[in-house]
Amino acid sequence: MKTTGKLGLDAAQVREARTLARRVGRPIVRTAQRHTTVSVERATLRLAGLAGADSEGTPWVNRLADVVRADVGLEHGLALPVWDALLRGEADDLEPLAQKASAGSITFRLPEGKDAIRAAKASHKAVGKGIKQIDRRRVERERMIAKVGDAPRKPWIYLIVATGDIYEDIPQAQNAAREGADIIAVIRSTGQSLLDFVPEGATREGFAGTYATQENFRLMRAALDETSRELGRYVRLTNYASGLCMPEIAALAGLERLDMMLNDSMYGILFRDINPIRTFVDQRFSRQVHARAGIIINTGEDNYLTTADAVDAAHTVTTSQLLNEYFAKEAGLEDWQLGLGHAFEIDPEVPDSFRLELAHAMLARDLFPKAPLKWMPPTRHMTGDVFKGYLLDGFFNLVGALTDQGILLVGMMTEAVVTPWLSDRDLALQNVRYVMNAAGNLHEDFQPKPGGFIVNRAQEVLGDSIQLLKDIEGHDNGLLDAIADGTFGLMKRPADKGRGLDGVARKARDYYNPATEILEGEA
Amino acid sequence: MSERSEPHAPTQTPQLVRPYGDTTGDGMVQLSFTLPIAHSKVAEGAAAQLANKMGMDPAMVVHAKPMGPDFTFFVVYGRVNHLVDTSKVEIVERDYPLLTPKEANAAIKRTLRRRLVVVGGCIGTDAHTVGIDAILNIKGFAGEKGLEYYREVKVVNLGAQVSVPELVEAAREERADAVLVSQVVTQRDAHLLNTREMSAAFRESYPAAQRPLLVVGGPRFDETMAAELGVDRVFSRGTTPGEVASFLVHRLTTRTAS
Repeated sequence: MKTTGKLGLDAAQVREARTLARRVGRPIVRTAQRHTTVSVERATLRLAGLAGADSEGTPWVNRLADVVRADVGLEHGLALPVWDALLRGEADDLEPLAQKASAGSITFRLPEGKDAIRAAKASHKAVGKGIKQIDRRRVERERMIAKVGDAPRKPWIYLIVATGDIYEDIPQAQNAAREGADIIAVIRSTGQSLLDFVPEGATREGFAGTYATQENFRLMRAALDETSRELGRYVRLTNYASGLCMPEIAALAGLERLDMMLNDSMYGILFRDINPIRTFVDQRFSRQVHARAGIIINTGEDNYLTTADAVDAAHTVTTSQLLNEYFAKEAGLEDWQLGLGHAFEIDPEVPDSFRLELAHAMLARDLFPKAPLKWMPPTRHMTGDVFKGYLLDGFFNLVGALTDQGILLVGMMTEAVVTPWLSDRDLALQNVRYVMNAAGNLHEDFQPKPGGFIVNRAQEVLGDSIQLLKDIEGHDNGLLDAIADGTFGLMKRPADKGRGLDGVARKARDYYNPATEILEGEA
Repeated sequence: MSERSEPHAPTQTPQLVRPYGDTTGDGMVQLSFTLPIAHSKVAEGAAAQLANKMGMDPAMVVHAKPMGPDFTFFVVYGRVNHLVDTSKVEIVERDYPLLTPKEANAAIKRTLRRRLVVVGGCIGTDAHTVGIDAILNIKGFAGEKGLEYYREVKVVNLGAQVSVPELVEAAREERADAVLVSQVVTQRDAHLLNTREMSAAFRESYPAAQRPLLVVGGPRFDETMAAELGVDRVFSRGTTPGEVASFLVHRLTTRTAS
């Protein structure tokens, strides 16, 4: 038997798991290719340079998209009717066009023949400029890392700021970086994932988080550039490409040089009741943008374990990681861009809980040896006993050190008590530093015993995950049916229900989208 | 944050107590905090002074650590001379017990013998689903999972801008046990008007005994206004899914039992 990794997993079994993930994922990709969504189309307009909002705060991309859709439908894509109108001289640029359209003074048509070819060409040129901008941002990042230096060690330390006010977030983020954070994540306002538009401008109020807007992205990236130069290491910025506007937020992240984005294939469906087709279409486009922008994605498997039992549901994490990997690679992302998620959420009262955690984390490491992996701290069993929580976070950090995690979200002993205080963050970072300093290289000496508890548990989880993939494949309609009947967690999410379904259209034969064309390299 | 109940019955609570370090009556407590000043002898003195003012005497600053150039973190141990009179402790009684999801599920299973059906949404022009989603979505709020997480609760979330007739219709179709409505927008008392319209519509289309439980929530509601608005319960800012679930289970399972 050919084996792989420290756990000595059966290489044939690992291949089988990947093959199954591909078989389960491929019909979803085909469905995604056959549909478009309002957000994909709006992202395309954003890439062509349409920004800003009207006096009520409704973005121009929404205004324009709504009018064009009402006139000619969504199924052809928005590029042809929009650039046809520009070529007909209705306006000399996208913003005045959007203004006139929302005032009701333009009727859009679907151009045919030569007009269609001209409109396609013009839209391709305009969107191409946005994608070039994304390319320039990527080069800018690489140059800056080469010049100021990269994070000095792995795992990269990931800290969160979330005040609701971007101007408060900035000094907090800069301080967190000075205290040792390699990655700053700005948590979004509760409920932004369900908004079918991206708010505009710098924002100063949010619920338990700060709105993701292009201007907020720009302000925070500029501040962290300043701090990166001060510290002599590039501090990465993270936000969330999730919810109903996933493609647009991905585009804005690329344009403003964000470095990582939360982007999960099924999170929106399961936890936000967003329509499955909408999610898969949006997700594929957003990942194509992330691939182009050199952004590392973070997937959300940790969320399964906040609702389901971390021992019983361990295999759903592995299954989701395999699916996320398939969808990500199909969209053009490379191994180094896959921050596949997993979490330390086993009830500490369970006997051998640490060994189980270690087995699960090693399984992820051995299955995805080249992926950075994102290691998420305990939240569910943080009780308000901050002393016990501090110990738990120490053990979490130890698993991180032993399994060579790429991204470590710093656990807070005040989880579930308060948003972290300055001292909480300082103590949490001391905890990480102690463990990494004391045991950072322990993985060199550590080899689980063949046939021992850890190896057996990892094999069991892999086996269960293969079985789950087979069950999914056994459904008439594969993954969509499995999601509909509640295979993942307790949530039943049928393909014809959920938010954002009315923003999905099956592509017509003459559908055209220059962004997809460029991103898929068919230009 | 809940305390585990002791396995054995505690002896009767003494009326007057002091904190306990290692000797009855020693009054010892520990405290940690941050002062926005650089670490120095003065800073340590300042920490001791704060502890003194809080009633700790003597106060021992056992740990002081600079956090960056402008802050210092302290751990202080010391004695307080306060007496606590347990007979004067006031607690606000909730009229329903707080249940864990497991307990709520068990109670529903035991008394309803079917899933409890909840229909929810934002009525009127209100597009702010933050509140209803915090309560219903599995994602939840404040570390608690939403009602979707409860195995024995069927959640139908109609989302934003639901009209009152649509809400009544959905409640009938789903045979709702409870209807949850969230209102964030309060311009010209829209939240109150909408709620009254909603409760009137339910009274009209249901016999009193069969009407689902009506619950409204939002940051600007006054919890004492339930009767005036014609609903069974009003929840205000900061309500968690567990509180709503516990209330629903309490009212619906005791109604069946009686």
